Amino acid sequence: MPDSLSGRISRRTLLSSVGIAILASGSSAAARSLSGTLPWEPFSADPPQPVTSVGWNFFKPEEARAIEAIVDRLVPADDLSVGGKDAGCAVYIDRQLVSDYGVSSRLYMKGPFKPGLSTQGYQGQATPAMRYRQGLAALDAWAKQNKDGKSFADLAPEDQDALLKEMEAGKVEFPDGVDAKAFFALVLANTMEGFFADPIYGGNRDMVSWRMLGFPGARYDYRDHVSKHNEPYPLAPVSIAGAPEWMGKKG
Amino acid sequence: MTKILPKKDVVIIGLGWTGSILAHELTDEGLDVVAIERGPWRDTATDFNIGYAQDELRYAVRRDLFLQPVVETFTMRNNPSEEALPMRDFGSFLPGNGVGGAGVHWNGHTWRFWDSDFRIRTHLSERYGEQKFAGLELQDWGITGSEIENAYDRFEYLCGISGKAGNIKGQIQEGGNPFEDSRERDYPLPPMQMTYAPTLFAETAKSLGWHPFPTPSANLSKDYVNPLGIAMGQCTFCGFCERFGCANYSKSSAQTTILPLLMKKSNFEVRTNSEVLRVDLDGSGKMARGVTYVDTSGEEFFQPAEIVLICAYALHNVRLMMLSGIGSIYDPVTGQGTVGRNYCYQTNAGTKVFFDDKNFNPFIAAGALGQSLDDFNGDAFDHGAVDFVGGAGMNCIPTNGRPIGNRPTPPGTPNWGTEWKRATVEAYKGTLSFSTQGSSYPARNNYLDLDPTYTDRYGRPLMRMTFDFPDNDIRMSNYVSDRMEELAKALGGRQYVVGRAKKGWNSVPYQSTHNTGGAVMGSDPKTSAINRYLQSWDVPNVFVIGASAFAHNAGKNPTGTVGALAFWAADAIRQQYLRAPGKPLVQA
Repeated sequence: MPDSLSGRISRRTLLSSVGIAILASGSSAAARSLSGTLPWEPFSADPPQPVTSVGWNFFKPEEARAIEAIVDRLVPADDLSVGGKDAGCAVYIDRQLVSDYGVSSRLYMKGPFKPGLSTQGYQGQATPAMRYRQGLAALDAWAKQNKDGKSFADLAPEDQDALLKEMEAGKVEFPDGVDAKAFFALVLANTMEGFFADPIYGGNRDMVSWRMLGFPGARYDYRDHVSKHNEPYPLAPVSIAGAPEWMGKKG
Repeated sequence: MTKILPKKDVVIIGLGWTGSILAHELTDEGLDVVAIERGPWRDTATDFNIGYAQDELRYAVRRDLFLQPVVETFTMRNNPSEEALPMRDFGSFLPGNGVGGAGVHWNGHTWRFWDSDFRIRTHLSERYGEQKFAGLELQDWGITGSEIENAYDRFEYLCGISGKAGNIKGQIQEGGNPFEDSRERDYPLPPMQMTYAPTLFAETAKSLGWHPFPTPSANLSKDYVNPLGIAMGQCTFCGFCERFGCANYSKSSAQTTILPLLMKKSNFEVRTNSEVLRVDLDGSGKMARGVTYVDTSGEEFFQPAEIVLICAYALHNVRLMMLSGIGSIYDPVTGQGTVGRNYCYQTNAGTKVFFDDKNFNPFIAAGALGQSLDDFNGDAFDHGAVDFVGGAGMNCIPTNGRPIGNRPTPPGTPNWGTEWKRATVEAYKGTLSFSTQGSSYPARNNYLDLDPTYTDRYGRPLMRMTFDFPDNDIRMSNYVSDRMEELAKALGGRQYVVGRAKKGWNSVPYQSTHNTGGAVMGSDPKTSAINRYLQSWDVPNVFVIGASAFAHNAGKNPTGTVGALAFWAADAIRQQYLRAPGKPLVQA
């Protein structure tokens, strides 16, 4: 049987009733005890770090050429927008591959690793970074073998499209056991992320995809327009980092 | 070595919706309460910061606010003959993490279940006979709709729900849901201003003789001060709701409705970034002594307590019971055991209608801003002539226009290239989406247990989920997909696509974070893990609160019922349990 609850008042007085006690020092992820006040700490917010478009953090030069060629076919330049390369999609992917995402640090990566059913999702041990390294190598190796010694980036656009379509359909077998179809799906998903994400991540440069769609971005208040059914929204998009005109720069 | 802490009256595992409600109620009773929360402290100004909350990549795609699989995941398979493998990333459902739990990043659809849900076996047997649902393990919850009406009301007023009642004290109300059970009073706030797509959906549904009404919403139509004296602001339709914290104090959550008061109470404490490993039982196995948890430094603590409340989200509740030896684990072969049985989900399908001449401005949106109809939900319609039980709500609730995730294109459109881009731009503003959210009824081989192979970072077994959509639920969903098709035709767009539920639940594409059951409430300890007051049959100083208590899932979002059950359990503890601590509130 448990103790009676009658002693609860006296026990409560034993507690330090107000304040924040750090149980374990270190990062903001450290355990904390909070009581007696609604805790708030100045400067504890965690804003994103905007990427710069200079240089490559992950891709080797040959890989960068290939990925720039791929994103330029997935998002081709036309009257609607610039191409994926000029939109920054390759830079976006490069920066993602050296982030938590690239090394799967948030995923469940304990073994045993077994081939799963399609309903069980990706069961591979390779992280996105490893899959890009292996996938781009296999792509160029296949191209050189089958396309007169040319790497993917050196193929004509229509030949690039044809190869990408074969990858997408699972109709091409890459060397070294690389699953061309799965690799294509990964690159396509990441390219679209880069093209449509906030420009602070390196893609969607100048909010090109948002202007194309008419998505106003990080605006936070549409109360003036909610009842204006079927009427175009008049304002241009803004990023988390603001809008070019706010910076005194040309848009 | 485990550090033993001073005893508390109450230890709560998890500080989300239910943990916060219970903490508030029991500290008001004068009890000394500590909550142990696995994730971090989170508040609006810091963590849902208006300067960068509108970040689709970070919050919706990389899912910064969610539980990460490296901390805990589940193994899954569709039936007992398959080998379960871990969900290495979450997909079909996304559990929450941190203070506020999944209530931080929900959409805010706030429903009541029907009395015919709580008495489902009795009700369906009386109306159609038991053979109508042969093969389903339907069982009553041990409560009635009228018993829990007041608890629903308190949750709705805590939140400031925006809506229009359809039935007040038995009187049908114009503009509300005519199929709902009687309630004592209207919602605290009027419905939200409607955007274009739900307006068109409702007009068309009415032309078919159906009964649309504004979806009850935890996105506030007006400024509001709740009964605890906590103020919230009007929703601004930013379209960053589900998967995001609200930067605007406009979405009901523990942060916006309870914590500003709870945190100031000297008899409440929360320990964050601290994961409970197990509930510790005494030598008899019939009484909990407290909980053992580990903090981020790796140090282990034992927190003794008179009462243990497991409030950690449905799936985590069930796993903690299994890891602690509270109740016996369900075995589908023998049908014995109660922990893990009646795991249910949600049976959904969607429809898209493409227009050439309309601009829906999809980015002007909120998580629960829309129109719904219950004409084909639950037992609101006669099932005499159909070959299933259950039903689905039909909802037009366009939640966002965020372009990484929300880029509809007509069938046959390539996934990339010039043609893809043209079709994407054409369809972005002119697509009307609506969906059915269907009931999920328990079946013998849909259950939770411990995985024999895979373990978490502390070496504890992961929980194994064995689930597929029962045939009954597939037939139900296809019936309401036919109704969707009628509406899609009547809407008169250029083209439409009607989705249809299929066997073979896939853990990859997002479907719903409405995982229910596994530690269900009921009147019979052979088929329920907890009694009608959410008290463990086996260990009476443990209460298990959340959607884990649902004996089945209805065609409605669960949070309204989760909140109501939290108040219901709090009342039972305050008014009954504390008079005779340690005693069962219901004799087995």
